Amino acid sequence: MKTRMHPGNAVVAVILIVAALLPYFVLPAAWLGLATNILVFSLLGVAWNITGGFGGMMSFGHAVLFGSGAYATAMLQLHAGINPWLAALAAMAIAAGVGTFIGALSFRYGLRGSYFALITLAFAEVFRVLASSFAMTGGGQGLSLPLATGLANMQFASRLHNYTFVLLLVVAGLVITTLVQRSRFGAYLVAIRENEAAAQALGIDTFRVKVLAMALSGAIAGAAGVAYMQTFLFVDAQIGFGTVMSFEALLGPVIGGAGTVLGPVLGAVVLHTVGELAREAIGGAPGLNLVFYGLVLLVILRFLPNGLMGLFLGQRRRPATKEQA
Amino acid sequence: MLGLIIPVALNGLMTGAIYALVALGLTLIYGVLHIINFAHGSLLMLALYAVYFMHVLLGVDPYVAMPFLVLAFFALGYVLQRGIISTFSHGKESNILLVTLALSIIIDNLALYLWTSNTRSLNLPYAYEMIEVAGALLPLPRLIAFGAALVIALLLWLGMTRTRDGRAIRAIAVEKRGAELVGVNVKHVYALCFGIGTACLAAAACLLIPTFYVTPQVGYAFVLIAFTTVVLGGMGSFAGALVGGLLLGVVEALSGLFLGETLGQIGIFLVFILMLLFRPQGLFSARGVR
Amino acid sequence: MTQNSSDLTRVSSRGISRRRLLALGGSGLGAPGLARAQPAPVRIGAVGPLTGTLTYNGTQAQAGIRIAADIINAAGGIKSLDGARLEVVYADAESRPDVGAAQIDKLAGAGVSCIVGAQSSAITLATTQAAARFGIPHVVDIGTAPQLLQRGLSNVFRFTPGSGESVTLGVENLFSLNRAAGNPVKRIAIVHEDGPFGSGMAKTLAARLPGVGLEIVETISHPTPQRDFTTIALRLREARPDLIMPTQYINEFILFARALRQQRLSIRGIYSIFGGGASNPRFAREHKEAAQHIIDTNHWYDPRKPMSQALAQRCAAIGIDVSYDVMVAFGSMQVIADALEQAGSREREAVMATLARATFSDTIMPYGPIRFEKGQNSGARVVNTQIRDGVIELIYPAEFATATPVFPMPPRV
Repeated sequence: MKTRMHPGNAVVAVILIVAALLPYFVLPAAWLGLATNILVFSLLGVAWNITGGFGGMMSFGHAVLFGSGAYATAMLQLHAGINPWLAALAAMAIAAGVGTFIGALSFRYGLRGSYFALITLAFAEVFRVLASSFAMTGGGQGLSLPLATGLANMQFASRLHNYTFVLLLVVAGLVITTLVQRSRFGAYLVAIRENEAAAQALGIDTFRVKVLAMALSGAIAGAAGVAYMQTFLFVDAQIGFGTVMSFEALLGPVIGGAGTVLGPVLGAVVLHTVGELAREAIGGAPGLNLVFYGLVLLVILRFLPNGLMGLFLGQRRRPATKEQA
Repeated sequence: MLGLIIPVALNGLMTGAIYALVALGLTLIYGVLHIINFAHGSLLMLALYAVYFMHVLLGVDPYVAMPFLVLAFFALGYVLQRGIISTFSHGKESNILLVTLALSIIIDNLALYLWTSNTRSLNLPYAYEMIEVAGALLPLPRLIAFGAALVIALLLWLGMTRTRDGRAIRAIAVEKRGAELVGVNVKHVYALCFGIGTACLAAAACLLIPTFYVTPQVGYAFVLIAFTTVVLGGMGSFAGALVGGLLLGVVEALSGLFLGETLGQIGIFLVFILMLLFRPQGLFSARGVR
Repeated sequence: MTQNSSDLTRVSSRGISRRRLLALGGSGLGAPGLARAQPAPVRIGAVGPLTGTLTYNGTQAQAGIRIAADIINAAGGIKSLDGARLEVVYADAESRPDVGAAQIDKLAGAGVSCIVGAQSSAITLATTQAAARFGIPHVVDIGTAPQLLQRGLSNVFRFTPGSGESVTLGVENLFSLNRAAGNPVKRIAIVHEDGPFGSGMAKTLAARLPGVGLEIVETISHPTPQRDFTTIALRLREARPDLIMPTQYINEFILFARALRQQRLSIRGIYSIFGGGASNPRFAREHKEAAQHIIDTNHWYDPRKPMSQALAQRCAAIGIDVSYDVMVAFGSMQVIADALEQAGSREREAVMATLARATFSDTIMPYGPIRFEKGQNSGARVVNTQIRDGVIELIYPAEFATATPVFPMPPRV
C-alpha cells in the first residue's frame, strides 16, 4: 500500500527527534530522569495506541500488561536466575499472553466500548490484588532487583545509557506501529474500529484481528514494564498494576492523537513537560500543579479533539467516528 | 467462623446500601448518557466535604443538611454536564471519558490544595448507637442509610415512570434520535440526568459521613465498586443498582470473612468480570433506563 | 520557588572560590571587612510525597524541615561556613517512587549538599538509589524497610530506627508493661495493612512475640483502602485476644478503632507499633472515646527539651499538629546542620564522610549518642505513647515520660 507521508508528520517527527537528542547535548542532567520516565510512558502509550487508537478498543486497564512485563522479568531474574535479556524477552511474551487471554475472553463474549474498558480495569485490579497477596510476587513489599550494573545485566550505570536504551525501545515501537499502519492487518484493524459489523460482513475475521492486536499491544507494554523495572529496579503492585499507569497509558495517545503513529510519543512528551513546567512555576503549593495539568487537558480536549497531531495533520474533525450513542 | 456468617452478612448489607446509593447516580448517568463518569468519585468527595463543613462551620447535622445539599449538587451536576462535559467533548465517547477524568484530576487536587490531606471525620453522638438485629450489632446511621437507599431507589423509579421528564429520559436512553425528532430537548435531559446522578451522591455523602471519614482521595475507595455495582445490576436499572449494591456488600463481607480481606477484594472483581462476560446486561436487564 | 540550574551553578562556584580564599588566608583574615558579603547558602534537598496518597506525611515533614531551617538560620546558620544559611529545595515525589527518583535529578542539578526524605519506604528506596548515582548523602527521616540499608549503598543514613529494631523494642516494652501489671495479657491478635509497611511489621512480630511468652491467636491483613472493619472486629471477637496490635495507616485506623468500640470488644489493650493513628494528634483529639488508652510505639520527640517546646509552639502558631513526621524531619535537619558544622564544607563527599564517621550532638529526639553505623543511627529508638483524654503522652521509658502508663486498659463503657 503506497502512502504519502503528510508533511505534518515530518514536522512532528523532526520535533520529536530534536527533543530526543536534547539529553545528549543540551539538557542538564537534572532533566534526564524525567526524560527517561517520559520515554517509558511513551512506550506504554505506543502499546495502548495499537488497540485503543488503531483498533478503537479503549482499555482502561493497560497497566495489567505493563505490570505483567515488569513482574515477569523481575520474577524470572530473582527466582529462576535467568539472564536479564532472556528474561526481558520472556516477559514480553508473557505480557503478550496476558493480552491475548484478556482479549480472547472479552471479544469471545462480544464486549466492546465501555464494557471492554471496564473489564480491562477489573483485570488490572485483580492482578494488583494478586500481586500483593503472594510471597512469590513480593507480597505487599514488591520486588527489588539487586543493583548490578553492566550491559549483561541490562542495568546501566550511566543515566544517559539508560536513556538511550529506552529510546531505542521507543523507536522500535514506532517502527512496529508504522509497519502495522501500512499493513493489511492495520487496515483491518481500522476497519473494525470504524464499523465492526461492516468489517465482518466483508469477511474479516474480526475476532482474530482484535486478539492479535491485544497480543502485540501486550508485547510492547511488557517491554515498557521491563524498561521501568531495569531503570528503577523496583516494582510493587500499586506501581505495576495501579490506575496511575493505566491512565498514563491512555493520556499520551489521546492527547497526542490516537490512531496516529507519532501521537503517543508527542502526547507523552507534551503532557509531562507541561506538567513539570507547571510544577516549577507553581512550586510549593501541593496539588496546584496537577490542577493546572488537568486544565491543560481540558483545553486540549476542547480545542483539539483529534489530539495534537490533528493540528499538524490539518484536521478539524476526524471523519466517521463513534458519536455519543 | 460459621457462626459469624449472619452478622457479617447483615453488616455487609448495610455497607452495600452505601454502594447502592453511589451506584444509583452512576447507573442513571451511564444508562442515559452512556458515559463512564470518572468524576463520580471526586464529586462524592466534594459532597462529603460539603456535609463535613456544614457541620463543623454551621453546626448543621448531616441528616438536616441532606435536602439542601441534594439540591445544590443537582445544580452543580446540571451545570457541569451542560456547560463543560458536553461542550468540551464534542460528543465523542472517548473524549467524554477524558473530560470527566480531567475534571476528577482538577477537583481532587483543588480539594487537596484547599483542605490538605489531613483526614477529617465527625464524632457524632449517634455514631455509636448500635441496634441489635438477629444477633448482629448494626450502627444506627448505617440502618438509616439502608432505609434511605430503599426510599431513594423507589423515588427514582417513580420519577422515571410517572413523570414527563422521566419518560423523556427513558425515551432518550433507548432511542436518542427518535426522541429528538419528537421534540425532546436532549441537551436539557442529559444535564438533568447528570444533575440527578450528582444529587444522589450528595444524599450518599450525608448518609455516609457519620460512620466514615473524608480526605481528598476518599472517592477512589468507592468508585470502582460503584462501577461494579452498576454492571452487576444492569446499566440504567435502579432496582439493579439497589440489589447489586446490597449483593456486593454482602459478597464483599463474606469474601473478607472466608478469604481474608485482601483476597476478598478479588471476589468482587470476579463477580464483575463474570457478569461482564456472561450477563453484561446485568441482573435486571434493561434497555435504557428503568 | 526553585531557581533554574544555570543560576545555581554560578552561585555555588562563587561560594566555593571565596571559601577557598578564606581558607588559604587562615583564620587571621577573618576580619569583618573581608567577609562582609553573605556566604552562599547551603542547599539541602527535601523530597517527599507532597501530593498523592501520602500527602499528610509529606506536608507535615515539610513543615518540620522548614521550621528547622528557620531556627537554625536564626541562630546564625552554619558557623563553620561563616554563617552560611540553610536553603531548602523542596521536591514533590507525588507519592510515587519513579517521580521521587526523577526529582533527585532536579535536586542534584540544584546543587544540594545533602538530601532528606522521603516518608515511605517505597519512595525512599528509589530516591536513595538515585542520589547514590550523584554521590549525594541522603538522610532518611522515615523509611522503616530493612532493604534500605541492605543494598550496599554508602550514601544512606537512616536517622530513625528501622522496623526490625523498633519491633524488638516494642515487644520488649510490651513485655515490661505486662509484667509490671501482673501479666494480664497472654493472647495477641495482629491486624495489619497488606502493603510493604504492614506486612513487614507483621512478619517480624510473628517471629518475636512467642519469644516473650505471648501467644498470637489471630493475624488479619487488609488492603488499603479498607471501607469497613466490622468483619474484622467480629473475627477478632471470636478469637478472644487480650490485646490487639494494629499496623495501619491513619484512615483505616480510624475506622478500625471505631469498629472495635461499636462491636463492644472487651480487650485489655490496643498496642500498636508504628500505628497510623495512634500517634496522630488529630485522631486523639477528635475521637476521644475510641482513642482512649491506645498505646503506640513510634517515633516521638522528648517533650521536655526546650527545642521540642519551641517546635511545638511554632507548629501551634501556624496551625498544624505536632505529628511524628514533623518531629523526625526536624531532628534530621538538626543532624544535617551538625554534619555541615563538623565537616566545615558543603561538598557532598565531605558531608557524606562526616555523616559516616562522626558523632552528632543532641536533637529533639530521645536518642542516645547519634552515630551512623552501616547507615543506621545506632542511638535511635522508638518510645511508647498513650492517648489520654485526647492528648498524646509519652509513657515509656520512664526517663522521658510525661505520664504513667495505664495498662491494662480499663473496661470500656
